Amino acid sequence: MRRITMWAASTVTMLVLLFSYHTSTSAGTTTSAVAAANDGVVAAGGSGSSGSSGSSGSGSSGSSSSDSSTSGSSGSDSSGSSGSAGASSSSGSTTVTGDAVSTRYGDVQVQITVADGKVTAVDVTQVPWRDHKDQEINSRAVPILNEEAVSAQSADIDMVSGATFTSEGYIQSLQSALDQAGL
Amino acid sequence: MSTLEIPLRASRHGQQPAQQPPPPPGPSRRVFVHDVMGTAVSIHVRTTDPDDPVLDAASEHVHSHLRRVDRTLSTWRADSDLLRLQHGELDADAAHPWVAEVTELCLEAEDRTDGLFRAWRSRDGGRPTFDPTGLVKGWAVSAAAAHLEEVPGIAFSVGAGGDVVVGTGRGWDGPAPQWRIGIEDPRVRGRIADVVTLCRGAVATSGAAARGAHIVDPRTGAGVNRPGSATVVGPDLLWADVWATAAFVDPARAGRLLEARDPAYRLVLL
Repeated sequence: MRRITMWAASTVTMLVLLFSYHTSTSAGTTTSAVAAANDGVVAAGGSGSSGSSGSSGSGSSGSSSSDSSTSGSSGSDSSGSSGSAGASSSSGSTTVTGDAVSTRYGDVQVQITVADGKVTAVDVTQVPWRDHKDQEINSRAVPILNEEAVSAQSADIDMVSGATFTSEGYIQSLQSALDQAGL
Repeated sequence: MSTLEIPLRASRHGQQPAQQPPPPPGPSRRVFVHDVMGTAVSIHVRTTDPDDPVLDAASEHVHSHLRRVDRTLSTWRADSDLLRLQHGELDADAAHPWVAEVTELCLEAEDRTDGLFRAWRSRDGGRPTFDPTGLVKGWAVSAAAAHLEEVPGIAFSVGAGGDVVVGTGRGWDGPAPQWRIGIEDPRVRGRIADVVTLCRGAVATSGAAARGAHIVDPRTGAGVNRPGSATVVGPDLLWADVWATAAFVDPARAGRLLEARDPAYRLVLL
């Protein structure tokens, strides 16, 4: 009987170890918007600003963007038009990184991409480890402005409203990016 | 670090190639950020004269107003009038009149929402404790923003941890400029799910914590654990905030009450 108990206990331990293995590898605090590749709107900002550092404008890449269609293309809807939107908006797009906001579960940091005076993308660049799983499960976790808003050319926002308890850190970081952009 | 001011007037089109047309004429923007009441309070001002020292003074008035509210009504600071009163260290007569004002408003809010909003709760059969936090922020930010209404010729928006007030100062010429308020997607943090546009008024949002309920249904005493959020847009942040809380507790009921009692307010459920 004792042996069976021991066997059961060790099996359980092994299972726990096996399951926890994946979690531990993916529990890093930084995701740096890897999922951006899935979405064109985000990729647009990402192309100019892969450095993820502060407000590094991608203006230097102006050489590749002789097209001056910047204004309209940022408003084209959904991710289907990703390619063109990405190329053009990189001509005048700037990324602004919000403050890293500490929460009980780790730091939260949000970055916005601004093109032609409008916010074209909001990326979460740092996710607390407790939220990491949620973000992975949801393939649209790296945020996209909703299609209605984008198609209405209304992607730009001045302020953000959200439930404090749900997401204090996210709102705070996003708002600080908007503050810095001062559109 | 309590206050930082970010100079940013040059940032708008600074990265664009030279052949781009110049930015359209219009008021420039000035941004102030204050660290107060446990959150960052952002003030954005549109004005034709961003260097006007009156702006700095008004921003400082907003800040000091909120600091005073925190000193008086915080449920975190043991030296606040509210907590000293509850701990029997302060006579009701000696407390700041704001304590009585907020108490009155909490009663009114409970009445107006048919008890969907309630500032008194009893924990495990203990005597009820008064926690006006759910009302204080909206009330305080709304009153603090009034300092900006005194400044001639400006338009402003104030964001405080997810609650927003927008308006204009004295003598704003022509139509008031619109502000675009993004409503955060309650299911995907950091994502904007909807955008509300307004010239004057307020936006408040309530939702449950991702990790355990913080909003309590006053009728049952149990935490409200459903996903989603309730946003209310209307003239005054105080009532937008109260209705948002009520609407998160019971969306259908609060929606009906809102329509009947406060038709100037609009509910957005996400």
